[in-house]
Formats: sequence, C-alpha cells, structure tokens
Amino acid sequence: MMSNLIVRTITQLGRWVRVSVIELGLAFRTLCAIVMGGLNLWKRPRLVTTQLHFIGNYSLIIILVSGLFVGFVLAYQGYYTLSRYGSAEALGLLVALSLVRELGPVITALLFAGRAGTSLTAEIGLMKAGEQLAAMEMMAINPIHRVLAPRFVAGFIAMPILAMLFTAMGIGGGYLVGVQLIGVDEGAFWSQMQAGVDLWDDIGNGIVKSIVFGFAVTFIAIYQGYQAQPTPEGVSRATTRTVVLSSLMVLWLDFVLTALMFN
Amino acid sequence: MQQNKLLDFWVGLFVLLGALALLFLALKVGNMSSLSLHSSYSVITKFDNIGGLKVRAPVKSAGVVVGRVGDIKFDDHTYQAIVTLQLDNRYKFPKDSSAKILTSGLLGEQYIGLEPGGDVNALVAGDSIKMTQSAMILENLIGQFLFSKAAEGKGNNQ
Repeated sequence: MMSNLIVRTITQLGRWVRVSVIELGLAFRTLCAIVMGGLNLWKRPRLVTTQLHFIGNYSLIIILVSGLFVGFVLAYQGYYTLSRYGSAEALGLLVALSLVRELGPVITALLFAGRAGTSLTAEIGLMKAGEQLAAMEMMAINPIHRVLAPRFVAGFIAMPILAMLFTAMGIGGGYLVGVQLIGVDEGAFWSQMQAGVDLWDDIGNGIVKSIVFGFAVTFIAIYQGYQAQPTPEGVSRATTRTVVLSSLMVLWLDFVLTALMFN
Repeated sequence: MQQNKLLDFWVGLFVLLGALALLFLALKVGNMSSLSLHSSYSVITKFDNIGGLKVRAPVKSAGVVVGRVGDIKFDDHTYQAIVTLQLDNRYKFPKDSSAKILTSGLLGEQYIGLEPGGDVNALVAGDSIKMTQSAMILENLIGQFLFSKAAEGKGNNQ
C-alpha cells in the first residue's frame, strides 16, 4: 500500500518533468520560428507598421496618463518623506531615479501586458478557433511568419518607446506637482536630478529592462494565443494566463535584472 | 493607399515621440550635457584616507567642475589610496597645486577640491599632485574633540 503510493508520486513527478520539458521545448521552437520569421520581415515592413500602430499608438493614452499620475503621486509622497529630513530639494532626483530605474519599465510592462498582450492573445486565439491559421497553412502561408512574427517584432519595438514615454511623462508630472504646486525650488529640482542620474548606469539600465520586458511580455502573449484551445473558453483562459504569466515574469525578470546590474 | 499613408504617419509620430522622450531623458534628466566631450589628461594623487569618495565624483576648483575621478586604487607599499584625476584639457593647473577631499553640504557627496599653487609650470598628463589633504572622518574628529576636551579638563583641575 505504502510502496504503491510512493511509486505513484514518483510517476507523477516524472510526468510533470516530461510535460514541462515538452512545453519548454515547444515554446523555444516557436520562439526560434518567430525570430526566423522576424528576420525576413524587412521585405514586408507594412506588416510590422500595421501591428505597431495597433500595439503602440493605441497604448499611448493609457501609458501617458498613467505616467503622469504616477509622477504626481511620487512627487507628493516623496516630498512627504524628504521634507522630514529637510532635503526636499532632492525631490527631482528621487522622482527621476525611481521612474528611470524601476517604475517606468515595470509599470509600463504591466500595463502593456494588460492592454496589448491580452488583445494579441485574444486575436491570435480567435484566429485559431476560427481556423484562419489552418486556412493559411492550406494556402502554403506560414502563420508563424505571417501572423506571429510581425506582432512580436512590433511589441519588441513598441515596449521601450512606451517605457521612455512613461518615464518622461512621469518626470513631467513630478515637476508639475513638486515645483508648481508644492513649491520646491525649480533650479534645485533639475540640477539635483542632472547631477544624480547617470546616462548609462540609470537611463541605459532602464532601457535594457524595458527591452527585456517587451520581449518577454510579447512572446508570452503570442505564444498563449497560438497554443490556446480553439474554443471560446480556451481563448478566455489563454487571455487570463497571458496577464498572470507575463506580470509574474516581469516582476521576476525585474528582480533578476536589478540584481545583475546592481553592481 | 491613402489609408496606408495615414497609418504610416501615425506610426512615424509614435516613434518620433519615443525619440523625443529619449532625448528629454538624456539631456534634461541625465547628465549628458555635462558629460565631458572634451579630452582629458590624468593626474595621480595619493591620499591617506579617501573617506567615501567614489569613481566619477567631480573634481572642482573654485567650485567649478574641472574634471572627474577616474580611478581609485590601493597601494600596499605606502598604505595609501591612489586616486587618478581626469582633468579637462581646457584647464591648466600649476605643478604645486594641492588637492583635498571635501564634502558638499553636511550629508552630500564627496568631491575633490583643487587649490592652484604658484608654480609657473603646469601639470601635464602622468604628473602627481604632492600636497593632499585626506577626507574628514567624523569618528576621528569626534575622537580628537573628546581627547582635547579631556586634556583641557585635566589642565583645569591642577
């Protein structure tokens, strides 16, 4: 009886490992196919610009407004803490560093997963459910090259741009609240910021983060759509999984990247 | 075709906005404008104690940034810190200039202050600054203060 249970547990563990390895391999093969397809896209840039318009331009409003409000709140909260130590002049530095290094890339990636990732998953999942991908294959068009690769490249390009816009907007918001509303000295606000923010260590760091996040979020979204069960329920489940997985992935990658680039 | 042109316009605008944001971050937020595009020459200084001095800390003379700290090493023969200063080529300093480590504000970052001397010859690349003054270490200062206070008290008692 006891040995039976042990054997069953070991069997389950083995199956879990096998399934995980198969899934990982499948994901990696799809990624390779997408990248190969992406390399051929320079012949048909229109496919990418259409997706860039859909992913990038339509995400602008939510990114810009969120950036502005995050900047507002950062300035208020930062001022509250800094004024206790009598160093409210460092507000510009606090707002800029937290946005450039951390909040800009991470919040943009989370919003990007919610705004663009879900729509990518739903679109590709519905294409699959409606057998449009199968029909493409019948016409000897590779759906990975035609449908997946342009979306991947567009997401990859759009994400760093959106993160930079978010950061710039947030700093603008911090300026509005900190200088115009609270009355921190304008010169100190900017000069402390310029003295403390390094072009490569801080801004470059943030851009590297946003590129990695863009890669991860877009790939998860596309892959979930491509692997979705071709039913309404399957598409809805894939969409949910996109948000959960890519949010967790962004937070985890953020920790890893920060730890790597900390020194 | 008209549709495509409109779409291209919007995508172009999106990318342009991104480029502007990057420019804003680099110029207004970062310190690219103060990044030394001028070539520099390096001068070596030795300090007994550098306190919290860091690489890329500013080197100032009369309050103006004239260079940056390029490298900090430890010399295990003299047990001193070897600090390489990267001075802007536009500025020349006399050979007998002195360097000291100062702190901006009470809790601010540490920087190196250059005091020009009176020599007619100027420092050139590879030269070393002989006269240096170490960073003020708060614990040492307090220790000295207590010591002198104690000595004072002893004197009064007699």
